[in-house]
Order: sequence, then C-alpha cells, then structure tokens
Amino acid sequence: MMAGMTHVLDPTALGDLPGPPPRGTPDAFADVTRSDAAFRAFLHGLPGVDQVGAEARAAQLGTRSIKTTAKAWAIDTAISMVDLTTLEGADTPGKVRSLAAKARRPDPTDPGCPAVAAVCVYGDLAGVASDALAGTGIHTAAVATAFPSGRASREVKLADVRDAVANGADEIDMVIDRGAFLSGRYLDVFEEVVAVKEACGSAHLKVILETGELRTYDAVRRASWLAMLAGGDFIKTSTGKISPAATLPVCLVMLEAVRDFRAATGVQIGVKPAGGIKTTKDAVKHLVMINEVVGEDWLSPDWFRFGASSLLNDLLLQRQKLRTGHYSGPDHVSVD
Amino acid sequence: MSLFEYAPAPESRSIVDLQPSYGLFVDGEFTPGQGTPLKTVNPATEEVLSEIAVGTDADVDRAVRAARRAFTRVWGPMRPADRGKYLFRIARLLQERAREFAVLETLDNGKPITESRDVDVPLAAAHFFYHAGWADKLDHVGLGAAPRPHGVAGQVIPWNFPLMMLAWKVAPALAAGNTVVLKPAETTPLTALLFAEICQQADLPPGVVNIVTGAGDTGRAVVEHPDVDKVAFTGSTEVGKQIARAVAGTQKVLTLELGGKAANIVFDDAPVDQAVEGIVRGIFFNQGHVCCAGSRLLVQESVHDEVIASLQRRIGTLRVGDPLDKNTDIGAINSAEQLARIRELVDIGEAEGAHPWQPAGELPERGFWFKPTVFTDVSPAHRIARDEVFGPVLSVLTFRTPDEAVAKANNSTYGLSAGIWSEKGSRILSIANQLRAGVVWANTFNQFDPTSPFGGYKQSGYGREGGRLGLRAYLKES
Repeated sequence: MMAGMTHVLDPTALGDLPGPPPRGTPDAFADVTRSDAAFRAFLHGLPGVDQVGAEARAAQLGTRSIKTTAKAWAIDTAISMVDLTTLEGADTPGKVRSLAAKARRPDPTDPGCPAVAAVCVYGDLAGVASDALAGTGIHTAAVATAFPSGRASREVKLADVRDAVANGADEIDMVIDRGAFLSGRYLDVFEEVVAVKEACGSAHLKVILETGELRTYDAVRRASWLAMLAGGDFIKTSTGKISPAATLPVCLVMLEAVRDFRAATGVQIGVKPAGGIKTTKDAVKHLVMINEVVGEDWLSPDWFRFGASSLLNDLLLQRQKLRTGHYSGPDHVSVD
Repeated sequence: MSLFEYAPAPESRSIVDLQPSYGLFVDGEFTPGQGTPLKTVNPATEEVLSEIAVGTDADVDRAVRAARRAFTRVWGPMRPADRGKYLFRIARLLQERAREFAVLETLDNGKPITESRDVDVPLAAAHFFYHAGWADKLDHVGLGAAPRPHGVAGQVIPWNFPLMMLAWKVAPALAAGNTVVLKPAETTPLTALLFAEICQQADLPPGVVNIVTGAGDTGRAVVEHPDVDKVAFTGSTEVGKQIARAVAGTQKVLTLELGGKAANIVFDDAPVDQAVEGIVRGIFFNQGHVCCAGSRLLVQESVHDEVIASLQRRIGTLRVGDPLDKNTDIGAINSAEQLARIRELVDIGEAEGAHPWQPAGELPERGFWFKPTVFTDVSPAHRIARDEVFGPVLSVLTFRTPDEAVAKANNSTYGLSAGIWSEKGSRILSIANQLRAGVVWANTFNQFDPTSPFGGYKQSGYGREGGRLGLRAYLKES
C-alpha cells in the first residue's frame, strides 16, 4: 500500500537559504510600486487575515509543552536573540555602558551563557554603545526617523539615520509613518522606507510597523509586505511606547508574511517582536511559533530578535533554575 | 533531527486508578454481566487495559426495569429544580475530576491528551451545566406549559468521543425527566464506567442512569427492549438503518446521528492561512474519527495549488505519536478494525486514480496508526469522495463557480456538516442557505457548543442534539 505516494510539494523546496539579501524591491514586484493605485491594488489583494482564526492559532501554539532539554535550548537561543534595549529620556553614557557590559556577559557567574544579539539605544548614544561593544560581535542598534512617533519631515528623519550610522550604529530601527499608512498613502510610506534604507548604507534596517496603531491584522500584513518590498531587512512589531505592543497573533501574521515573501522572491527577511515580552514563557512561545510557522531557518539571531529589557533577567533566572535545580531571585541577576 | 526538538512531555497516567475488571452499572451498583467479558485495549500500545462485562438480554432487561422503577417512583415525580441540582452536581464533579477523565479517555481511545483535556472533558461538563439550567424551565422549550418526559431512554453511543457523546445523550434526557440505559462502545467503555462512579458520588438515585457495556448484541437488546420509550443512537449509517427498522411500528421515539462526508469549501477570497488551519482541524482533529469531519475539501481552482502547498507544509508540522504526550497533534486509530477500513478505502482511492500524499516521518511500531493523508485529483465519482472514511484522510476536489461548489457539496448521500471559507459575508450567507447540511461553519470548523443544535440531513440521520431543539427530543407535549 502507498507504493505510489507522490510528493506534490517537495518538503525541502522552501528550505534552501537564499543568498545575501538584495537591495531594493525584488524584480518580480517592481511593477506593483509604479503608482499609488497599483500599490494599493496589490496590498489590498493580499489574502485577508481572519482575526478569530489567527488568534486561535496563536493560542494553540502557546499550549506546546517545552520541558528539560528543549527548554534549555530555547532559553539559550532566546538570550542570543535579545536586542537589549534602553530608550528613555534619562539614558546616559554610563547607563549604556553598563547595559553593554551586561550584553557581553549576561550571567557573570556562568561563562557558558551566550551574549545577546545587540544593544538598542537612541542615535546619540550609538557611539557609546559601539565603543563598549567593540570586538564582541554584538551589534549596536539605534532607533531613528523621529522615533517613536515618526512625526517629522523626511529630511529630519534621514538626517537622524545618517547621524546614528555615523555614530557607529550597524542596525537602524526606523518607524513607518502610520498616519500616511492609515490614510492610504502607501507609496509615500514605501518611498520613505526606500530612502531610509539608502541612508543606512551598510547598516541593517529594521522597519517598525507599530502594530498597536495599525489595529487590524489585515493592516499588519499589508505593512509587512510594504516594508519588505521597500528593502527592510527586518520587520519589527512595535516601538514599545504604544500598547498593545508585541502580541503572539501579530507575530504570527508577520511570520506568515516573511514566509510568503521568501517563497515568492527567495529573499529571507527577519522578524522582531518588541515590547511586552517579559517572561521566558512568552519567549518560548515565540520560538515555538517560529519553529512551526516558518521553520528553523528563522531560529537564529540573524533572523529573529526580541526587543526587550526585562525579558533578559527572567531568561537568566530560568536558566539558573535549570542549571542548579532551584529558583534564586532578582538579586542573583544584575539590575541592568 | 531538527534544531528545536521538543523533549517528551508526557501526562502522567498515575492519576487513573484502573481496575482489572469492570461490571455493569445497574440500579446504582456495579454488578457482574452474564456475557463473556471483553478486553479493552490502549490503541496506542495494544496493551490490555481492563476486562469489561458484557450485558446479555437478561442484563439489559434488569437495567430497563431499574430505569422504569426510578422513573416512576423517584426521577419522574421529583421537583424539576431538584433534578437540576443533581445535574449541576455531576457537572462540577466532571470538572473536579477532569484530569482523571482526560487521561482515561486518551488511554482507552487513543486521542491526544490535549484534545481530551481541552475539548472532550470541558464540553462534557458544559453539556451538564447547560442542561442543568433547563431542568426547571421546560415550559419554555416550546412544547406547551408542562411538557412530559418519554420515560426510559435507551441510548447507544460511539467510540470517537466516548465521554462527550455520553454527555450529549444523558444530560438532556435527565434534564427532561427521563431515566436512561446507556450502552457505550465496546472499544471505549472506561470513561462511561468512571462516569458511573460520578453518579454514585453525586448520590444520584439508583436506576436513573444505568450503563450496560458490551458489543452489538447488547446494543440491539437495549434498542429492541419493549419497555424503552425513546431510542437515541449515534454511530454508523449502516447500524442506524438497522435500528430504524427495529423501531419501526413501535411506539418508540427515535433520533439518529449518523455518518457524514462534509464539504469544506474554500473560495479564492478566503483567508488562506486560517483556511488551512480549518482544513487541518476539520479532517485531522481526533484522527478524523469525527462524523462531521471536513473530509471533502472543495477548493476553487484558481487557488488550488497555493492552498494545497500551504496545507502540505502545515501537515508536515503535525506531530503524530504518543497520545499522552502534551505535544502530540494526532494520536492512534481507535482499533485494528477501523485501521483496516481506512487502509481499504485508501487503497481503493489509489486504485481509482487519485493521488495520495503523506508527510515524512515514522509511525510507532506498536499500536494502530495511520499518517495524515491528502488525496488530490479526486473526482466526485471516486469512492473516497463518497464513502465516509472516518480517519485522517482528506479528499481534495475543485470547483470553478459558487454554483458548482454548492452542487458538488450537496452531491452526497450525507448532510451532517459543511464549512465555508471566504472573506465575503454576503457569499457566506448565500452559500450557507443553499447547503443541505445540519451544521454550516463559516471561517471555522469543528466548533461545538451545548447551546447549538447538532444533527443531519439525509443519511446523516434525524433529530437534533444540543440547544432547545435537542432537549425537545426528550419531551412530549402535555
């Protein structure tokens, strides 16, 4: 029986890693941005997202039971994906340096603990961060483009980006113009992302959609495609300044978007949920979601990040618990 | 070996206190059966779980007499509000002992623990809660001021949702004031017997619920007993027809909930990712052992390749294996007999020219297993498009226009359920009105609720279960 099984879909067909991400819009989609009308027709022609179904699927993935060896692997992987973030008006060079120290050695008692992926700061402190991180392989990410609201002229936004890159940021977290997006001026938003990407030079570009202001999953999918077509290297949920920030269903919709984009263009785009992910349990749910929605190609800091500050300490506490068999407490991890 | 390998996360079976043998539950007590006992096995391991008494005609007669006595002397005359109290008590006990029921159901049936834990047991409790509330409000069901119970209800239930089907049958019967003699399926009697313990724990008067285990002969004795007033059956269409013949010409009232071959219709404007989830839930939930399973996927030709590619990718992530593992998506086939039937129909599908596909991966060596299977290029004339497989086997057909979708969906001897996937509300309403199916789900599938009537058209049976309509099946006008 079953001798004649045919594999309509080669299970590895989508698994081949693409080459380095190209710059700009992939050729196959060059014509969709030729006019406002064409771009609108394209974005509105993407398959809809059923809210109830998407939320049910996210909740279902959240019930996976990740224990023992799987949990240990997940915690270390999550630590290595953290963009350790401080975005306060009160940030100082000293605060950024201490964050950088923590980024290098998150758990001073255990040299086996992985370093985080990046330190994320405002652009004026990017120099402090990149100096403190020199030679570690940890990236310096800077928010730019009039973060968090994005309400400034394009010249100011681009100057913000150039300044951060000149200060040593090798990753730029930009915000899209939500006002323009919600009023349907998609091409304006697209062109701004293209311009920011150009201003980034060799720096990686993460495009913050601020999904808490877009409100619907349909809008999240459209904004994801817009950012990917415009050359963003990562799509990111939120600034962390608006609630709700990262949620599992929003992340699900964005993961489906990067999966579909790679299937259509061969180009792999990263995803970064940011804001509101505070516990190991939350982080593990995200890793399960990556594993089952887009597959293990995204299970690396090159393709997935957590924008977070307090998450790291919970990961460290859970890590210590697994290692020693007992819970310690907040005094066993550093405050930042 | 994948990068992120989930470690085993088995639910402990120590909470279940399995006895080496079980008797019949008659008149409030466990008593031996006179037939040759049956063995019930764990379909995931073929391990014998316990020995089960088999009720003979005489045993069934004893149970029916106990039920009649309880109906005449206790349950019938009881104040409706007091009947409601017993049902509330049973519902709460089901919740308190939920984990025990879930583990036992998974051991006996083979379904994943996540499903018994999150679907079967909570829904069973919900049915008792819902009907408990009805017990003293029967004048509102629409049968006049003081509707009356039929008397003794004989109920025969299947093996796919053993506890949940028990709840669907017992809860409305008791709420309406009937007493019951229930015959669980021969391969899955254990949760019904644990339910008997719950009846004792709730101090339910003896004889109100009687549980007589056994195979087909025991079921026939229940259905054909002359002092049974109302017969309710859920199971195969073939047995349903036999029961209809047996009951014809008697005073018995009959409801039948039989097979299905549901069409799950995906239009080109569907939310594709959610539709794929719904297709998976529709056919692979409970290993496809679901009478309302979405076993015929009707997909619009213009999105066929995209939907099938997404579906296959998604099926590749389903975890088949140990039903007690909390990460298992697909458990064991309930019996060797059912596995043989699935294999036979799949072989016929291949021979008829449809193209089967299965994901990679190994199945456990012991136990009864079948991989999730998708047949493409299925014609409406193929057996796998017409016969109920009752297993994890999906047949994919295509359509071009809404009219064609309706025609193909209705082209079945069954009519239990259907699904529609579209972002267009007006289309959903218009198609739903044209489908000859008892349940039509829009942008979801296999959702159940005690308030919602469930039942079929054509050879899927007659009568409804759940909601006000379901309750009316257990009442007559005053």
